[in-house]
Amino acid sequence: MVAETIAGAPGSAVPHDSSRLHVTGRATYTDDIAEPRDLLHIAVGMSERPHARVSSMDFSAVHAAQGVVDVIVADDIAGKNNCGPVVEDDPILAAGIVEYAGQALFAVAAETVEDARRAVKLAKIEYEDLPPILDIRQAIESGSFVLPSETLSRGDSRNAIESAANRLSGSVSLGGQDQFYLEGQIAMALPREGGDLFVYSSTQHPGEVQHLVAEAIGKSSKDVVVECRRMGGAFGGKESQAALIACIAGVMADRTGRSCKLRLDRDDDMIMTGKRHDFVIDYDVGFNDAGRITGIDFMFASRCGMSADLSGAINDRTMFHCDNAYFLEDVTIVSHRCKTNTVSNTAFRGFGGPQGMFAIEYVLDDIARFLNMDPLDVRYENFYGIGERDVTQYQQKVEDNIVCELVDELVETSDYRNRVQGIREFNKSNSILKRGIALTPVKFGISFTATHLNQAGALVHVYKDGTVHLNHGGTEMGQGLFTKVAQVVADELQIDIDRIKITASDTSKVPNASATAASSGSDMNGKAAQAAARKIKNRLIEFAADCFSVAEEDVSFRNNSVRIGKQKISFAELVEKAWFARVSLSATGFYRTPKINYDRSTFSGRPFFYYAYGAAVSEVIVDMLTGENRLLRVDILHDCGKSLNPAIDLGQIEGGFVQGAGWLTSEELNWNEAGELQTHAPSTYKIPTSSDVPADFRVKILESSPNAEDTIFRSKAVGEPPLMLGLSVFYALRDALANTPGGRPPLHAPATPEAILRAASSADPIDD
Amino acid sequence: MRFVLDGDVVELDNVDPNRTVLQFLREDLRRTGTKEGCAEGDCGACTVVVADVDASGLRIGARAINSCIQLLPTLDGKELLTVESLANGGSLHPAQRAMVDCHGSQCGFCTPGFVMSLFALYKNNPAPSRTEIDDALAGNLCRCTGYRSIVAAAKDMYRDAPREGDWTQVVSGGEPGRDEAERIERLKLLASDQPLCVTWKDRRFFSPKTVDELAGLVQEFPEATLLAGGTDVGLWITKQHRNLATIIYTGNVSGIQDVAVTDSCVDIGAAVSLTDAMPAILKHFPSLTELFLRFASPPIRNAGTLGGNIANGSPIGDSMPALLALDTSLVLGNGSQRRTIALDEFYKAYRETALQAGEFIERIQIPLPDENSYVRSYKVSKRFDQDISTVCAAFRLRLNNNVVEEIRLAYGGMAETPRRARRCEEALRGSEWNADTVLTASRMLAEDFTPITDMRSSAQYRGEICRNLLTRFLHETTGAETTSVYSYGR
Repeated sequence: MVAETIAGAPGSAVPHDSSRLHVTGRATYTDDIAEPRDLLHIAVGMSERPHARVSSMDFSAVHAAQGVVDVIVADDIAGKNNCGPVVEDDPILAAGIVEYAGQALFAVAAETVEDARRAVKLAKIEYEDLPPILDIRQAIESGSFVLPSETLSRGDSRNAIESAANRLSGSVSLGGQDQFYLEGQIAMALPREGGDLFVYSSTQHPGEVQHLVAEAIGKSSKDVVVECRRMGGAFGGKESQAALIACIAGVMADRTGRSCKLRLDRDDDMIMTGKRHDFVIDYDVGFNDAGRITGIDFMFASRCGMSADLSGAINDRTMFHCDNAYFLEDVTIVSHRCKTNTVSNTAFRGFGGPQGMFAIEYVLDDIARFLNMDPLDVRYENFYGIGERDVTQYQQKVEDNIVCELVDELVETSDYRNRVQGIREFNKSNSILKRGIALTPVKFGISFTATHLNQAGALVHVYKDGTVHLNHGGTEMGQGLFTKVAQVVADELQIDIDRIKITASDTSKVPNASATAASSGSDMNGKAAQAAARKIKNRLIEFAADCFSVAEEDVSFRNNSVRIGKQKISFAELVEKAWFARVSLSATGFYRTPKINYDRSTFSGRPFFYYAYGAAVSEVIVDMLTGENRLLRVDILHDCGKSLNPAIDLGQIEGGFVQGAGWLTSEELNWNEAGELQTHAPSTYKIPTSSDVPADFRVKILESSPNAEDTIFRSKAVGEPPLMLGLSVFYALRDALANTPGGRPPLHAPATPEAILRAASSADPIDD
Repeated sequence: MRFVLDGDVVELDNVDPNRTVLQFLREDLRRTGTKEGCAEGDCGACTVVVADVDASGLRIGARAINSCIQLLPTLDGKELLTVESLANGGSLHPAQRAMVDCHGSQCGFCTPGFVMSLFALYKNNPAPSRTEIDDALAGNLCRCTGYRSIVAAAKDMYRDAPREGDWTQVVSGGEPGRDEAERIERLKLLASDQPLCVTWKDRRFFSPKTVDELAGLVQEFPEATLLAGGTDVGLWITKQHRNLATIIYTGNVSGIQDVAVTDSCVDIGAAVSLTDAMPAILKHFPSLTELFLRFASPPIRNAGTLGGNIANGSPIGDSMPALLALDTSLVLGNGSQRRTIALDEFYKAYRETALQAGEFIERIQIPLPDENSYVRSYKVSKRFDQDISTVCAAFRLRLNNNVVEEIRLAYGGMAETPRRARRCEEALRGSEWNADTVLTASRMLAEDFTPITDMRSSAQYRGEICRNLLTRFLHETTGAETTSVYSYGR
């Protein structure tokens, strides 16, 4: 029996294209690629001090060690000693001054991984210490910033706050987060003729790696090709950070003329590469008796670390998301981008947005506690309106607002109101175990805020047997991008998805691609690939009409066949005929996101093409003797527009939620007084495990909700938004601690058992 | 050394004793399905399964282990299964099929490890509960999926009736239908009662087969590293890049692989794995169940031994507080000599024990419970599974008319060694067992311990929960409300 539609049509739950390779161990990651016979392995020597002048470096023991072939320092870099993506303040190897404990200072190439890693420990480095700045408050006091502070304001927040019926102020600290991709950072550089390099890199941004490696070896982009078939997870951690690894491998390969691989050990990876920014947040808010915010001032200060990296755009996004789903009429947002002598923080799923959203949810929670209201009612009171109260603080009109109806549905399906009652009863009769519940919404802006990055390219070849080679500028890190884009091309050409070969991201096929980031991968690469496939299809239509003497309107593609007037032939037959008739069967496609337009100098305009929405209800139980707690039940309703692939989208929602919950609970980064990261391995840095996910985990994709904007098949981006669903866990924990009327437990994130116990003992004594 | 891989006997002459199974697979065999995620046994990307004839001699036991910290020569006489071993031609193993059908992989890097843990579960448990699934997966981290789909796969893999060969095909590599007996025969052919000695450059690896041989080697090479499960020693190599010149492996020493129950004690051979030791202890002390479920992960418990956990002497080792509370004794061997020492007396200072040169732990003896004693154990950590204790406590209490007749309060994470709170015990002994006396006595804990601040918690928090766990013990022994959240949400 012939299926009525093609296999893998958009909207179908086809498995990840690599799933059979994953489960059999046949999926090739960078470290699995067959190694060239001349391969050298690299280990990196890291600074042992947070801030110091390097007074001497003695490598005699390193050179003498078994297997060592070369040692390089900053001066050995032939080209530009920089791997900073935006500002050139990120040396590949520190030159003279080290600015964080763990900064790359030198690199050793040796015959084996073991040889290199042993040798690197033999270097004798002497330092003259300089005063370090290790935390955010200290940086603010010292005026230590990587970029100028920014202010975004609307109306007169001072006046609004001072004339409000009620006023609260507070301060909360919010921890960072390690990406903890399971595959550590890695690159392998292979010399090619004429001094060119071919680089395998585990990167979300092959184009930038190409550009920075070329500059580091004193050449240009045409001399370097970068390829990435897949990453073993990335989450933003391989957006800019992969360049450091690839640059070291590239420089070493260029110097030695041998292939060079750098694979970071897990501990080195966590010490050397950037994480989510931790923040200190101050607020001052005025509100009426119904809990509606009338004026608010925010101060956001983030730990950017020793360099700018992507911190500008990340902190901008914090300013754009501290409204979450709420209308802030009179508002002033001050954002400090603090320079500290710690690793340079970087992109991580949500890119500053989660921290902004955390802040406004904290404020609403405080207002609710103060007014003795259910926090959900305060949230409702502040939601963006439709046709009124619908302009963000950055002057974008929220045109696609569905937050109210989405939350209404979730309140109903999760039985929120009844459960709140049950929890209050439970807490009255239990002194040691306390329950809590919270519903938090998500509204997340989709597009790169840097408008020029919102472009994508694709390359499609149709071979004369009717099979297809698909390439685009996006990268696969597990999010299912390659599968989704193949679904789009399958639909356009009306062929089964298994007739399409999905190929590695490659800078020689699609040039100048943006990073696969900002949740934009499917939106942009899907459209670009569709455009490329459509070009070829149009040529085939023109050819078929001509060849069979029918009108172009009488040629249609459907289910692996082409109807041409009254005839029907297979797609492959038509392709072969077209090839014979010398029709081009290869095309590029290009896409740029429409409508967006944004002026950074005033922080106003339309930075986002559209918004993605969602909401989550979490319920927890807390042991007030130890602070240990369990997640009891989670209900999620999330907006994927018209989902391109419900199975993949469900995986993004569930995974994002759990990652967000981990950020705010068990994942704690700890630096000691010497500025050394103490949590640099899974033994000390605790991401969630299977048992942390409750058995009662109800996740639903919002139905009948196509994107109001013309995105690929009216779908919505789903990479980052679900992470913020995890906020509900933090606020459920806070709810469990808030047992006295008006009590506002000073719970800081991450809410480890210790943080919970500390908050409980300072606000709400357990034996009262 | 010889072992079985995909039905073939692999014979290696020139083995570096410091080489891990993972290095061997990835670098020597270029068999790259097994991944390195952390090289310290905490993420599970490197999970493989080791099969061996079990104690009955009639069945094959299959256990997941972390290949990143397992030393290659320990495979001698065993069968190794990796993710590449499972699929036979185009036919996926049920664990693999279910992972595809349930969308259990995203980036796929952790997936081979999960598949191997699921495979071990499939082999060992025909109908696991959610808690058993969580436990089987406790040593595998996934950063993409949020686990729901993997747990679904763990249930779905039992969907179809087992095909002939779902286990057989695994070990015979392309020739389904062979039965377990044939594999047992093959493994028995590899078996040898002669000690193994592997040498490579300046390194030596001894695998004695009897206690006498072990005792002789320990005396001959007092500077040697005694290797049991290697769940800590492995890290000396992968993280500290130490050169372990002489290794004496206890894993094949008969006579310390058994659990006996005498009239007075549970008597456990030092080389018994934690996986095997735990049920023997739980039979008599069921209240330790939660502690043991939260103790590391199955791959670590499969490799790690009770003797190794004790001898390693970490202040945060999870077996010791319970063993201290239970008044455990150790039998130490030394040549042909034996001496017995209370575990109480065993720890001298940070990672320093009473073991003298030439001495080794031979047996662990836990007195059987008396009916009037309460035994409880509590672990506090940032995460429930596979986490190192912030504080671990174990208590034993005997009451006479609600007067404390005997009490032992043992803590881990509170001092440089696992240790009892003797001042607090003293304050309680002979007094009424109630909230007032416990509150008063718990103040003595501040004199018993001066905990440190580190990445796991502040000293203040350690001090606070150290007291609060005693409060929990009081609640649980006086019939008040339960206070553990562990079982909720499962």
